[in-house]
Amino acid sequence: MTVFIKLFAGFRENRFKVAKREILENSTIADVLEQLGITEPELGVAMIDGRHVTVDQVLYTGVTVSLFPKVGGG
Amino acid sequence: MPDLLTWLKERAKDDLLLWADQLSAANRFKVSIREVEGIALENGLLPARYQRNRNMFCLDDQLKLYNSKVAVIGCGGLGGYIIEELARLGVGTIVAVDPDVFEEHNMNRQLLATPEFLGIKKVAAAARRVDRVNPAVELLPVGLAFGLENGKQVLEGCHVAADALDSISVRLELAEICQELNIPLVHGAIAGWYGYLMTQFPGERTLQKFFTHNSQESGLEKHLGNPSFTPAVVASLEVSEVCKVLLNQGTPMRRRCLSIDLLDMEFVEIEC
Repeated sequence: MTVFIKLFAGFRENRFKVAKREILENSTIADVLEQLGITEPELGVAMIDGRHVTVDQVLYTGVTVSLFPKVGGG
Repeated sequence: MPDLLTWLKERAKDDLLLWADQLSAANRFKVSIREVEGIALENGLLPARYQRNRNMFCLDDQLKLYNSKVAVIGCGGLGGYIIEELARLGVGTIVAVDPDVFEEHNMNRQLLATPEFLGIKKVAAAARRVDRVNPAVELLPVGLAFGLENGKQVLEGCHVAADALDSISVRLELAEICQELNIPLVHGAIAGWYGYLMTQFPGERTLQKFFTHNSQESGLEKHLGNPSFTPAVVASLEVSEVCKVLLNQGTPMRRRCLSIDLLDMEFVEIEC
């Protein structure tokens, strides 16, 4: 199935801003992260169509996944 | 000899109290500059240093700022700018918390990190800076690491807490203590070109939700570090939030988080 992936801030480095991706049925956010080479500790927030979700959230065809990195400096 | 207030009123230009007169009043009447400021504001006189504030903040607002106590947790990249801006704004009492001393690698971005302050406690440098910038402001230095064991004592009586920490797990402790003490919390975090901003009122758990997973790990800042400008941007956004919360004005960044990307110059709101 097809999903759209939007990356934000440092996640764009050596990747992309927006991309259309083919993924397996019943894939989760965690699977997408793995495909992108992003580890879970690097993740700040994941959203599906603008809604905050956890990494075990299953994706549906056509959704937009937004991924924001974790930032903790001061 | 006239009393302090009569003297101040005689000296005032319209309703403005000049710095030289504020200083002389303190010397003449053996009171602190801070006390003179309080008496002036309570009686319709505006210290002239705030005259460019007055089209945004009325005299009552300025008095409210004077009577406010704000905790700044962390005196590094974010904290240095936050303290500077709060002092210039006229926030009367600032509690500054940080266990560290200045090191050479702080000087690329931390406002208070100058060669003369290397090896000096960050909170001591903050106190000296505030005394130079605005002597009417009291800075209460706490040279300890903030945490669950001392947090309640540190935040006692504060109206708002500004997060300038560099640890996600301590941020969550700060959020819990603010919750318990009913104190609004303004969160800021930075890494490289990027940052986040959010404001959380008692009863809300936006920050906790944001960091629900892997809160023990550090973020992007570990490999990106921080340049001179990102702390200044995010600190200023935090101070504008603190100011709005103190004065009950505008719309704070509440139940949402602002993602700041200075590399692509994108500001994205994340609904939380």
